[in-house]
Amino acid sequence: MDSTGVLGPPMAEPMTPLDVKVEANRCLNCFDAPCIAACPTSIDIPRFIRRIAQGDLAGSARTIMEANPLGASCARVCPTSELCEGACVYAPDNSPIRIGQLQQHATDWLIADGRSLFAPGKATGKRVAVVGGGPAGLAAARQLAVIGHAVTIFERDELAGGLNTYGIVPFRLPVDVAVWEAEQVRRLGVEIRTGVTVGSEIPASALLSDYDAVMIACGMGKVPKLGIEGEDAKGVWDALDFIRLAKMDGVVPGLGDTVAVIGGGNTAIDAATASKRLGAPHVTMFYRRGPERMTAYDFEFEFAKSEGVEFRYNVLPNRIITTSGCVTGLELIRTDPEGTARPIPGTEYVVPVDTVIPAIGQLKFAGLLDAFGVSHDHGIAVVDGEMRTNVPGVFAAGDCMFRAGASDAMVVEAAERGKTAARSIDVWLREGAH
Amino acid sequence: MADLSTSLAGIRSPNPFWLASAPPTNSGYQVMRAFAAGWGGAVWKTLGDPIVNVTSRFAGLNYGAYKMIGMNNIELITDRPLEENLREIAECKAAYPDRAIIASLMTDCNQKSWHDLINAVQTVPVDGFELNFGCPHGMSERGMGSAVGQDPELVEQITRWTKEAATVPVIVKLTPNITDVRYCARAAARGGADAISLINTINSLMGVDLETWNPIPHVDGKSSHGGFCGPAIKPIALNMVGDCARDPAVTVPISGIGGIQNWRDAVEFMLMGSTTVQVCTAVMRDGFRIVGDMIEGLNNYLDDRGIAAVSEIVGKTVPRFVDWNDLNLDYKIVANIDPATCISCNRCYIACEDAAHQCIDRLVDERGETTLKVDEEHCVGCNLCSMVCPVDECITMVRVDSGESTHTWRERLSVPS
Repeated sequence: MDSTGVLGPPMAEPMTPLDVKVEANRCLNCFDAPCIAACPTSIDIPRFIRRIAQGDLAGSARTIMEANPLGASCARVCPTSELCEGACVYAPDNSPIRIGQLQQHATDWLIADGRSLFAPGKATGKRVAVVGGGPAGLAAARQLAVIGHAVTIFERDELAGGLNTYGIVPFRLPVDVAVWEAEQVRRLGVEIRTGVTVGSEIPASALLSDYDAVMIACGMGKVPKLGIEGEDAKGVWDALDFIRLAKMDGVVPGLGDTVAVIGGGNTAIDAATASKRLGAPHVTMFYRRGPERMTAYDFEFEFAKSEGVEFRYNVLPNRIITTSGCVTGLELIRTDPEGTARPIPGTEYVVPVDTVIPAIGQLKFAGLLDAFGVSHDHGIAVVDGEMRTNVPGVFAAGDCMFRAGASDAMVVEAAERGKTAARSIDVWLREGAH
Repeated sequence: MADLSTSLAGIRSPNPFWLASAPPTNSGYQVMRAFAAGWGGAVWKTLGDPIVNVTSRFAGLNYGAYKMIGMNNIELITDRPLEENLREIAECKAAYPDRAIIASLMTDCNQKSWHDLINAVQTVPVDGFELNFGCPHGMSERGMGSAVGQDPELVEQITRWTKEAATVPVIVKLTPNITDVRYCARAAARGGADAISLINTINSLMGVDLETWNPIPHVDGKSSHGGFCGPAIKPIALNMVGDCARDPAVTVPISGIGGIQNWRDAVEFMLMGSTTVQVCTAVMRDGFRIVGDMIEGLNNYLDDRGIAAVSEIVGKTVPRFVDWNDLNLDYKIVANIDPATCISCNRCYIACEDAAHQCIDRLVDERGETTLKVDEEHCVGCNLCSMVCPVDECITMVRVDSGESTHTWRERLSVPS
């Protein structure tokens, strides 16, 4: 289960005790600290750092996990330079407190210690079904269980944790951390039913009739098709399937020496760096616009470059060239450098590749939302600020309600939306449900 | 290059930096190393009847990530035979004739014991004596060290005995473990002391171990009060040095001791009346090598100000160290926060709000940006905000009175001075 080291050393090594001491004591303990305001889950960061400095690791970990049930994984995957560390008063001096690493130190201590920080609340007799055991679902379940509601999570995969478990490369987030977080929720009495798919094996109607409230946190689905010739050949991978296989097995058969990743987001970066770590000497990311438009975080981009990933901009895949059903090349076409991503006819060229990994977003579960009667916009669940859908007693949080551009699909955002949904569900159970 | 040479009651040294009588001056080997590094003088670890020490002996006071902002110790005086120490003193003096070697002494409280010890030590070329009336631990339980240093009559008497025998200057080292250090300083002067040195270490218990509940440091589970020293005691030492320097009845020069870590601390002690300074804890933490920075730093400081000799700064701040009754009640300063360098940590805000006079307002503009503004009408000029601010010079204290009137409490009550 422990995937640490499966694909090489972590992006950031854990801090040494000396480093922790110096760094924790460097925190200024700002009043009304900007780092707290910059954290979507509002972790009281100066407090957890103070507690590290004072040698109260349990208190520190509690401060983190109370505000963010995904605090251990967020310590590793949060784009901290865009959030807490970017807001640190030391940031303009290029020396922000390394909040993410200190958070990892505290949560690593908790994982090693093994204690449970939270206890289930006095049973209310209310039952909640949560569809999806990813970050949003787990965050909501934790909050609801602490209140005392009986929660069942329905998870289609074998392990809970969602993208944290399967979709983020192990050198950023090992499986065991994601699974530990799910285990903390299970310890509160939450039933996590894995390997079951709501919509097919369990109809939506059953959940609606058997539970007092339903929360949809189903995330998103597969990477959409490129819609070009050769896409079904051997050697073409859905980026998330590719990362899952790399993370779980540590090998991807038939990877070859030359890998082309299509896309410019964080999943594309993960697919590219995983390819490098799997041993492919030549890994190139092809992006339809210029580098300034890439949605990957700067630190991810820098990490990929440091791992030896190459980048080509203003190109679109035009055709996948195959021999005997296997990928042998990729035909690309240049796009308008003004950033419109419109192809320029006559600029086609071919590069030899063994593997093609599209990472151009994810499909939505529109059918599942339809089954619950939940309004959606092209598969994105429509919710109000309290995560309520149009159906009374049905709520939605996480990637299934994220709108591109409206907010980043960060784990920490999913955790916060999950918390909001739980508050809303609790209000519904106390006041609205019959 | 400024003249750094000093003369304390006739004891000459090429610079004012002496090692205090302590573990770093325990042996000839160490003092040789110190002189090679550049130290101007060394007060040898206290000579007397050799004692038996315990282990452990020291403990450090840490603050945050900083180690040893203070330390205490329960080590006693020299544990080596007098002859051995004297031979090494002679060797050091022969190797470094321009450096000052002062023999620290401690013995039983009778005339013969002091005469015998002085006469024995004077067989080697020491430049002076320092009477250890200050050691607060161990020896005090045997009627020595601070046990005598806390009694002005004994201080005067023993000083007189030593002067009967001594052919070189006698420095009396004072203990801070007393209500008012001036009484013993005056007694030393009455007894004929050529100089005083202060402060010795402060009674302390360093801590308690949270796991074992042992006191710190512990000797097989038990501890005893020890002498506290290091940067944390500097303000206490500086106050006592200043008190002696401004006391008309303390007519002798001063060797300042207490938390001196670098040339900056040394300059402060000199401005407050110290002719030389003695250092121990900084060396215990960083070694003898620190003296190079002290010498160059002091020289640069003097050169930058066109001051030809270090002796010119001695005591220059003493006239400004006065009774509270002589402070100008009309002087008025208020805090000024420079928005250009403010990093918005709000530490000044919460400090003023919770612990001072609620005189910093947080103003939110239309963009939601928060700025801090001092309510000058109610600001009492306490300095707290500028103290908690992490940015140098971001919060300055600005004078707002006319600067023309002076009015003291003494004048208000017509209290005779």
